[in-house]
Amino acid sequence: MSWSEKILRVDLGAGTCTSEPLNMEWAQDYMGQRGLATKYLVEETDPNVDPFSPDNKMIIATGPLTGTIAPTSGRWSVVCKSPLTGAIACSNSGGFFGGELKNAGWDMIIFEGKSDTPVYLDITNDKAELKDASDLWGKSVWETETTLRERRGDNDVRVASIGLAGENGVLYAAVVNDMDRAAGRSGVGAVMGSKNLKAMVVRGTVGVKVKDPMAMMKTSNTAKEILAENAITGEGLPTHGTQVLMNVINELGALPTRNGHDVQFEGAHDISAEAMAEPRESDGEANLVSNAACFNCPISCQRRSKIDPSHFTVKDKPEYQMVSGGLEYEAAWALGAACGVKDLDAVTYANFVCNEQGLDPITLGSTLGAAMDLYAAGAITSDDTGGHELTFGNTEVFVAMVDATAKGEGFGKELGQGSKRLCAKYGHPEFSMTVKGQEFPAYDPRAIQGMGLGYATSNRGACHLRAYTVSSEVLGIGGKTDPLVTEGKAGLVKAFQDLTAAVDSSGTCVFTTFALTGDDIAPMIDAACEGDWGVERLNEVGERIWNMERQYNIAAGFTGADDTLPERMLKDIAKTGSAKGSVNRLDEMLPEYYQVRGWDESGVPTQDTLSRLSL
Amino acid sequence: MLKALRMDSDTCTGCHQCEMMCSYGKVGAFNPAKSVMDVSLYNGGAVNIPSTCTQCEEAWCMVVCPVEAITINPTTGAKEISAEVCVGCKVCSIACPYGAINYDADSGVVTKCDLCGGEPMCVEACPTPALAFVDKDSTGYDRIWNHVTADLVDCDSTVRH
Repeated sequence: MSWSEKILRVDLGAGTCTSEPLNMEWAQDYMGQRGLATKYLVEETDPNVDPFSPDNKMIIATGPLTGTIAPTSGRWSVVCKSPLTGAIACSNSGGFFGGELKNAGWDMIIFEGKSDTPVYLDITNDKAELKDASDLWGKSVWETETTLRERRGDNDVRVASIGLAGENGVLYAAVVNDMDRAAGRSGVGAVMGSKNLKAMVVRGTVGVKVKDPMAMMKTSNTAKEILAENAITGEGLPTHGTQVLMNVINELGALPTRNGHDVQFEGAHDISAEAMAEPRESDGEANLVSNAACFNCPISCQRRSKIDPSHFTVKDKPEYQMVSGGLEYEAAWALGAACGVKDLDAVTYANFVCNEQGLDPITLGSTLGAAMDLYAAGAITSDDTGGHELTFGNTEVFVAMVDATAKGEGFGKELGQGSKRLCAKYGHPEFSMTVKGQEFPAYDPRAIQGMGLGYATSNRGACHLRAYTVSSEVLGIGGKTDPLVTEGKAGLVKAFQDLTAAVDSSGTCVFTTFALTGDDIAPMIDAACEGDWGVERLNEVGERIWNMERQYNIAAGFTGADDTLPERMLKDIAKTGSAKGSVNRLDEMLPEYYQVRGWDESGVPTQDTLSRLSL
Repeated sequence: MLKALRMDSDTCTGCHQCEMMCSYGKVGAFNPAKSVMDVSLYNGGAVNIPSTCTQCEEAWCMVVCPVEAITINPTTGAKEISAEVCVGCKVCSIACPYGAINYDADSGVVTKCDLCGGEPMCVEACPTPALAFVDKDSTGYDRIWNHVTADLVDCDSTVRH
C-alpha cells in the first residue's frame, strides 16, 4: 500500500504479458512514476541504445498516490530514451487513464522489444493480452479511442494511443489518452510507434488501498482546502486555465515571439484566456465552452473549446466542429506567438490536430517558428515548402503546415524532425530555440533569468515543468524573487527541480505546488504508503532522481557543454518590456548551480554526492 | 425536514472525486467502479452529469423486491438495501427507471445510494456546487434560481425576493 506491488511486463516480440512483483526496495528509494520508472530503465537498458531500436524500452508508470483520494491523483508518465533529444524522456499526462491503470492493480507496464505487426494492449484488471491492431493502424487518436471503446462495449474503459505522428516517427509525437490529454514531450509517441504498439485499453475495478485511510482522508481534505482557498488553484486556473498567464507574461515582456526575435506579441490578447471567453461576432458563441477536470482533481484547469463552424479551418470538416481539448498556455504560445499567428480559432484548430494525431504542440509551434525564421532569412524558399509563403503570421500557410506535419506530407516531413535538425540542415543551427534538442516553452529566459538556468539544466531538454521558477520570479509564491537578477537562482532552481521530481514521482500534479508545499504533500504520501515520509525525505528522493537522470544523460554522451541556451538568448538583447536591453546571464548562474548540486566544474556529480544519495 | 441530494450538471467538472469517496464508504477502497454515484461525460467533456438514486417517493425497487430487502430509513428517508436479506435477483435494477441500482458480482448483492446515513460523502468530496444536500422541497426551484442568477450576473438586481 499504496503501491499495487505489481508490474506488467509486455514482450512485444514474443507477444507475451507477464506479471511480476514490483521491486519494493526501489519503490522506497524512488517512490513511483517518473523516479521509479527511470530506475527500471537505467537498470534494464543501455543509455546509448538507438531510441527506435527494439532494445529501447517504454515504461508506463503510475505513482503511489495515483488512484488515491489525494487531490490531482490522476497523473501517469511514459519513460524511455527520447528520439528527439537522445536524453532521458519522461512525459507526464493526466486525464483518467492513469487512475484506471492503478485501479486495475498495476503500478507499471514495461514494454520491451518490437511487434512484427501492429498490436494494442487490452487490460481488464489482472487479465492482459496483446491484440491485433492492423485495422487501427493509420487511424487518428480520436478514431482509435472511439473504435476501441465501441469494441469493448464498455463506456468506462480508458484508452491511450498514438495517431499518425507516432506511426510516422515524428520526433515529437505524443501518447494521447482520453481524447486530448497527452504525454506530450520528447517524442514518447514515436517510440511507441516504433514498437508497432498502437494503443493501450484499460478497465480497472480492483481499487486502491492505502496504509492509513483516516489519515489519508484528513490530509487530502486539508490539501483540498488549501487548493480551494489559493488564488491560483482555487480561482485563476479553474476560471482561465493556464491561459491566465498569456497577458501577464506578455505584459512582463517574457513571451518569446516570432522564434525569439521579440519578447512581446501584439496579438497576445487575441489568443488569451480573456479572448477565449469573449463571444465572437459571427455566431455570438465563445471559443471556450467550459472547464473540466482530470481524475480526482479539484482544480479543473482543462479547457473545452469549440471552433466557429464557419471558420476557414473547419467549415468543410464537421469532425472538427465538436467540443475538444482547448488551448492551454503553452500550446497557445507555441502555435500563436512563436509563429506570429493571432487567429484564435486557427490556433485552436492546430491544437485540435495535435490532439487528434498525437503531436507535442510546443515543439510543433516552435519548429514552425524556426522554419518561418529560415524562410525570412532566405535559407528556405517556397520551392522547399511546396509553394507556400512561410512567413511569420501567415495563418493559412501555418494551418497548411500543421496539417502537412500531422500527416507526414511534403515539407511536413522535415518539420516532423523538430527545429534542431531542420535548422542544422538549412545551415542555421542558431535558429533552433532548443536545449539538448528539445524546444523551450513559453517563458523568455532573458526576462526570467531562473527559467534560463532551468531550461539549460533540465534533464529532458528545455522544459518548464522541471523547475517552474515563474512561481517565485513572477507570481511571488513562496517569496518573490526578482526575475532579472541571477543571484540566488542556482539554489532556487535546484529546490524546484528536486521537489518537482518528488511530486511527479508521487503520481500527483505539479500544479498543486502553486498552493501546496512539501509540508502539505509529504503527509499524504505518509498516509498512503509504507515507510515514514516527511518533507526531508521527499526532497532527498527528488534529489536522488535528479542525479540519476543526470547520470543517465552523461552515460548517453551529454556533457556540461550541453547545459546551455540558444545563442539568441545569450547574445541578442530583449528589445522591449521589463528586460529591455537584457540577455540571459547563464554564465553567472551555472557554476554556482553545479556547486549547490555537488557536481564538479564540468557538471559531473562527485563521488561524495553520489554516495550521499546512495547512487 | 428530510433532505435530498441535488445534482447539478452545469457546475460539475467531471473530476470523479464523489465516486472516490463514495467507493471508499461502500467498500473501503478508492475504486470508482464500486461507487453508487456515477459521473458521465458528454459532448467532449463539456457536459458532465452526476447521477445516483433520487430516493423516489414511490420506489419501484421496493415494490418489486421479492424478499423485502429494501426498506425506508425513517431518519433520512433513504431506501436502503439490506445485504443480509438481498438474494441478488437484480429485479430492482430492472425496475429502477434511472438505472441507479447496480449488481455487484463481488458481494453477490445489489448496491445503491443510502445517503450515507444522512451525511453523504460525495457531497463532502465535491469541489464545486454540483453536489449538495438540501431540503427535500428545494431540489427543483433552486435550479431555476441558479439559471436566473446566471443570466443576471452583470446586473445589480441579483437580490432574491
